[in-house]
Amino acid sequence: MTDTTTARSANLHRLANPGRFLRFADRIYPWCFGTMLLALTAGLVGALALSPADYQQGQSVRIMYVHVPAAWMALFVYLNLALASASLLIWRHPLAGVAAQASAPIGAAFTFLALATGSLWGKPMWGTWWVWDARLTSVLILFFLYLGYMALSNAFENEERGRRAGAVLALVGVVNLPIIKFSVDWWNTLHQPASVSRIGTPAIHSSMLWPLLVMALAFTLFYVVVLILRMRSELLAARLRALGRLAVEGR
Amino acid sequence: MTRKRRRMMVVGLGLLCLGAAAALALTAFEDNLLFFYSPSDLHSEAPPPGRMLRIGGIVEEGSLERDGEGSVAFRVTDFASTVPVTYRGILPDLFREGQGVVAQGRLTDAGLFQAEEVLARHDENYMPSEVADALERAGVWRPESGEGPPRGSGG
Repeated sequence: MTDTTTARSANLHRLANPGRFLRFADRIYPWCFGTMLLALTAGLVGALALSPADYQQGQSVRIMYVHVPAAWMALFVYLNLALASASLLIWRHPLAGVAAQASAPIGAAFTFLALATGSLWGKPMWGTWWVWDARLTSVLILFFLYLGYMALSNAFENEERGRRAGAVLALVGVVNLPIIKFSVDWWNTLHQPASVSRIGTPAIHSSMLWPLLVMALAFTLFYVVVLILRMRSELLAARLRALGRLAVEGR
Repeated sequence: MTRKRRRMMVVGLGLLCLGAAAALALTAFEDNLLFFYSPSDLHSEAPPPGRMLRIGGIVEEGSLERDGEGSVAFRVTDFASTVPVTYRGILPDLFREGQGVVAQGRLTDAGLFQAEEVLARHDENYMPSEVADALERAGVWRPESGEGPPRGSGG
């Protein structure tokens, strides 16, 4: 740190945080990965073998153990995307932009999984693959928001500008989150209201609740693991690009 | 510092305006966002006969009649008012008395609802069959009543 020019030191300062993040991420990654494998194994065994069939849905209830955590993650990842976008816009934190861009495809995948498994459950239970009720439609809009963010944030030559444009879109989409959450309470929908988030006793038997919660833990850790991998590769790629530029300048 | 503060204000104000706009739009579209009308809605403000609409509620106990030729008749209730429904076609697996239902069709002049599509509506209760049987045997809860199991039985 002997440089005296302000431009160089500002650059180093920008690099310092991603470096610290990489060291921190490398340290927690094996723990996250191991716990995720354990939780996923326990959750799947609990969901597919140990938990009982439902008194009305029979074996179809097992779709719920994937559908509900996926839907939770769809909202949670979007919330993270929005928070990262806000801190990119307000504090111009470079890591936040990387985190937002790395989160979007994971969230889109969770949203797609929730929509697809919900559809598979809907056909035998409701009698239809799809209806345009408030819950299903607002989750479909969430899926399009993810896709729109991914397209917009990658559409610029200058990646910093792309991330900032995407961040504005991500923040606009935040209004959709409470709509998704409360759609089943505000309007008549075909989709049933929440079973677990109800304060006090959940409307779901404990023998079915624990595999659901373990699956939710596994899905959350899966998000952390993939986020670390994606952020690490993006940061290393950015470092490579910077080194390339330096080599060209130094010649 | 001041620039960060200003950016924070812009983002906060933007979100506030956006939220207000969304809330206004959603209240304006309120009726169109309803997936179905309850029987009480139909009685308080009857839509013009012949218009396609959806009604939802509970299939009233003891109201299901099959004529043996593929047609069924039942009443949909929300425990305040009821609407008689006729339907010809395949019913979903979850369809039964005491179970939630959403039917799409038209209301005739006589107040009869002719359904063209019937969907089952699942409630938010999940439990093993043994627990449901036990609750029913103890007389604490009858699934056919259309009400959820008593709170606290989930544990």
